[in-house]
Amino acid sequence: MQCDTFDIAIIGAGVVGCAMARRFTLDGARVVVIEKALDVLEGASKGNSAILHTGFDAPPGSLEQACIAAGYKEYLEIAQEMSLPILKSGALVLAWSSDQMAQLPKLIEKAHTNGVTNVANLSREEILRREPNLSPALIGGFEVPGEYLIDPWGTAHAYVLQAIANGATLMRNAEVLDGDFEGTSWSLKTTQGDVRANHVINCTGLYGDIVDERLIGSKKFTITPRKGQFVVFDKPASKLVSSIVLPVPTKTTKGVVICRTIFGNLLVGPTAEDQDSRTDASTSRGALLDLHAKGVKMVPELSQYEVTTAYAGLRPAAEFSDYQIKHDSERRYVTVGGIRSTGLSSSLGIAQHVSELLQNSGTQFRAVSSPVIPTPERLSEYHERDWQCPGGESIICHCELVTKREIERVLDGPMPPATLAGLKRRTRVTMGRCQGFYCTGGLAALTEGRLVRPMGSRNGS
Amino acid sequence: MAVNIISESSCRVAIVGGGTSGLALAAELKRLNVGSVVVLEREPISGGIPRHCGHYPFGIHEYRRLMKGPEYARKNSDVATKLRAIIRTGTTVTALRPGGTLEITTHAGRELLHADRVVLCTGVRESSRAQRFIGGDRPYGVISTGALQSMAYLQNIRPFRNPVIFGSELVSFSAIQTCSHVGIKPIALVEEEDRVRVRSLLSPYLIAKRVPLHTGIRHPKIVGRETVEALEFTDKNGDHRRIETDGIIISGRFRPEAALLRASHLDVDSGTGGPVVDQTGRCSDPAYFATGNILRPAETSAFCWQEGVDTAARVANDLQAPSPHTPKVVSVSHDDPAIRFVVPQRIDTSLPPYGMAHFYLGLAEEVRGVLEARSDGILIWEKSIRSRPVRRLQFSLSEIVKPPAADDITFTLRRLG
Ligand SMILES: Cc1cc2nc3c(=O)[nH]c(=O)nc-3n(C[C@H](O)[C@H](O)[C@H](O)COP(=O)(O)OP(=O)(O)OC[C@H]3O[C@@H](n4cnc5c(N)ncnc54)[C@H](O)[C@@H]3O)c2cc1C
Ligand SMILES: Cc1cc2nc3c(=O)[nH]c(=O)nc-3n(C[C@H](O)[C@H](O)[C@H](O)COP(=O)(O)OP(=O)(O)OC[C@H]3O[C@@H](n4cnc5c(N)ncnc54)[C@H](O)[C@@H]3O)c2cc1C
Repeated sequence: MQCDTFDIAIIGAGVVGCAMARRFTLDGARVVVIEKALDVLEGASKGNSAILHTGFDAPPGSLEQACIAAGYKEYLEIAQEMSLPILKSGALVLAWSSDQMAQLPKLIEKAHTNGVTNVANLSREEILRREPNLSPALIGGFEVPGEYLIDPWGTAHAYVLQAIANGATLMRNAEVLDGDFEGTSWSLKTTQGDVRANHVINCTGLYGDIVDERLIGSKKFTITPRKGQFVVFDKPASKLVSSIVLPVPTKTTKGVVICRTIFGNLLVGPTAEDQDSRTDASTSRGALLDLHAKGVKMVPELSQYEVTTAYAGLRPAAEFSDYQIKHDSERRYVTVGGIRSTGLSSSLGIAQHVSELLQNSGTQFRAVSSPVIPTPERLSEYHERDWQCPGGESIICHCELVTKREIERVLDGPMPPATLAGLKRRTRVTMGRCQGFYCTGGLAALTEGRLVRPMGSRNGS
Repeated sequence: MAVNIISESSCRVAIVGGGTSGLALAAELKRLNVGSVVVLEREPISGGIPRHCGHYPFGIHEYRRLMKGPEYARKNSDVATKLRAIIRTGTTVTALRPGGTLEITTHAGRELLHADRVVLCTGVRESSRAQRFIGGDRPYGVISTGALQSMAYLQNIRPFRNPVIFGSELVSFSAIQTCSHVGIKPIALVEEEDRVRVRSLLSPYLIAKRVPLHTGIRHPKIVGRETVEALEFTDKNGDHRRIETDGIIISGRFRPEAALLRASHLDVDSGTGGPVVDQTGRCSDPAYFATGNILRPAETSAFCWQEGVDTAARVANDLQAPSPHTPKVVSVSHDDPAIRFVVPQRIDTSLPPYGMAHFYLGLAEEVRGVLEARSDGILIWEKSIRSRPVRRLQFSLSEIVKPPAADDITFTLRRLG
């Protein structure tokens, strides 16, 4: 189908693949992104905590730590011009037991080693003064002022949209089945026909090991998905805590995070459940009730607030704790695997790292001199939204205040959603407290004939 | 905070929500000649929930005529319009400010509306799957009855063909009717409680419609990647069940549409999920009133219509009151887990007797026992009750609150058997 040869074929359009596409496009490469799902972000990147990590607690000296630090830095540099929203909430790492308390000095020291120098101890009184709704049962903690909240989907969309705007090709609904390295270039067999490229970068997250086996006939790690479930509280609950409340990891308990979201909600989660399935991102009543109870234990007032939704994400965890980024320069193949629980923060750094790997092995492109910078919808509750600007036509989704104009822009845009789920991630329709009670009918009519998976069929047709 | 405000205006009474109660209220306020009345409705057409209830019976109490919901919704709008209430559709109220100022958004932009009195009439919606902690996958095709109705009756669109209905309230049964309207055939109705939540006289309806009923189900789990594939659960005999289906209708468990309220300065009652009001419907800010189903989940349209009419007289009276009066407040509470809510939550005994005639009580579970009202721990009233959760319980307010009234009244239960 695709007859010319691309410089780079990126397999997988999770946040890592999207960042990779942007990096290589800006580097000047001809890029194709091949994604098996109907839309981008259908894998691990679909559900996470949306924290922009500083990497304060990553293992010092690890590739993960380096990529988070670089990714974090680049994110702050480009956020403004790419209209990526940031909620500069800061984080508090809190100890609720003497066990956890004992860990704090080591964690602070580690943060400093990692170059996150503004991490500082706080007294219990100071914490409760800053966050008066936290349960007084807490014992102590420290602050990490640089941990922020971002839009988990808008971020990746912005990356891939910038790649597209500067010439990259996105293939969706195209699974890479097999491939051959033919001396100087690859021929990839996909469900949408063959694709030729000089280099292949495997960014398939939960399928990293499987795709390695398909393409290079061996794997260096095995993915064991680790599920994380979340409970999302309605927006009024977001006034209960302003910082990201992080747990102290101990050997026995993992603890959960409480934080706001950039969309104005309050989040409690995730769980950590190892499983075999690479697709089962289901929630379970038991886990959700347990998260709810844990949330209430840390923030007692939460019991008075309404739940909006619940979801789960799958971390692409490998048996190694560090990222598995391997370059086979002979076969012009890079595996980017095991990007377990920090990929949203590190993706720009990972992309820089892979770009350097290729350059170091002699691959050179001519960087785009003045790249196009698209400005996708900014969906932050903490920044101006479309409904606040004159002429938004009408509001379709009442809970999230999504205008008809925003929906039309996305449906007519360069990467239109294929499903309602994709439209939700791009606009927030039906993601509010009523979960589609009020706007589903209007939305079904508005999207008719414009989604690959329609919301319904006309009665009588 | 409020950026881009393009205009400001004022009116005598602003009504948030042009559904049954808001429209009845608007019409009656005009009959009472209070001055300018503006109804703010965020949908493109006023009428509220009945707009997409394409079934009978509506309108008998109000207009002595049997109508379907859409006709009834039109009728309510027409009456209010004829009486020169201003109905502004496509107009969303986005914030309530102290003293009666509303932030509103229309297609043109943002404005402020200053009203001498504001009445909140935003109704109820159904609880979502997450609010009921229903686990499983998150495929497309899990929707509320309200969403189904708006697809079926307003758009003639069918989201699935053979859904399972989750819940067994009146609205769950009307979901069956909605389904038939667009050629959908429900294949089961499931309920987590041990029996159907509304009177069991509706069970024969299921038999007639040949919809199998499963009560007492546990561990419900929705299965499906892109669209719904099955509902799994443990049935009342402890057996694992899997019903292949392409959709789930999550019905009932009404809750007030109180988003505006919760984001505002007004007091919220955690029992009803609606505003704290006195017997005239007045909220904690005296410029604000509330009526209709936002007061509590949930009553019929006829009931809400009458509440709207009754509230008009109270608001009109309040507008005429010579000077701000000094309220004498009796606070009302409940302290048994089986009692979900009591409305009103306050009684202002300084007011003439034009307020609600009853206390309305909602139960959280089936109850057999004696309901007691106590003041300062002293029994002041009692009555034996035997009731199930979704039924309305009402008790004469004047029999319970007698002068000289105490400062507080607490409802409790003495169980029998
Ligand atoms: C519960 C949870 C909480 C988290 N919280 C945070 C956080 O707060 N901050 C943070 O920075 N990170 C967080 N993460 C981590 C982050 O979400 C992941 O690291 C990141 O999403 C991994 O992205 P990826 O692109 O590697 O994988 P994926 O998103 O899985 O992308 C891989 C893509 O490849 C596609 N694919 C697979 N096989 C093929 C094939 N054969 N052909 C074509 N396409 C294929 C898939 O469809 C998929 O779209 C969290 C993760 C979870 C699960
Ligand atoms: C799915 C469902 C089915 C029902 N079926 C029946 C039935 O068959 N028969 C029956 O008697 N009762 C039924 N009811 C009960 C229904 O609540 C009442 O019939 C009646 O509509 C209540 O009137 P209301 O004025 O309180 O609210 P509604 O009629 O719901 O009106 C509220 C109005 O407020 C508007 N609104 C909300 N927020 C804002 C805002 N911020 N700005 C502007 N406008 C706003 C809404 O758009 C809506 O039009 C049903 C309820 C539901 C949820």
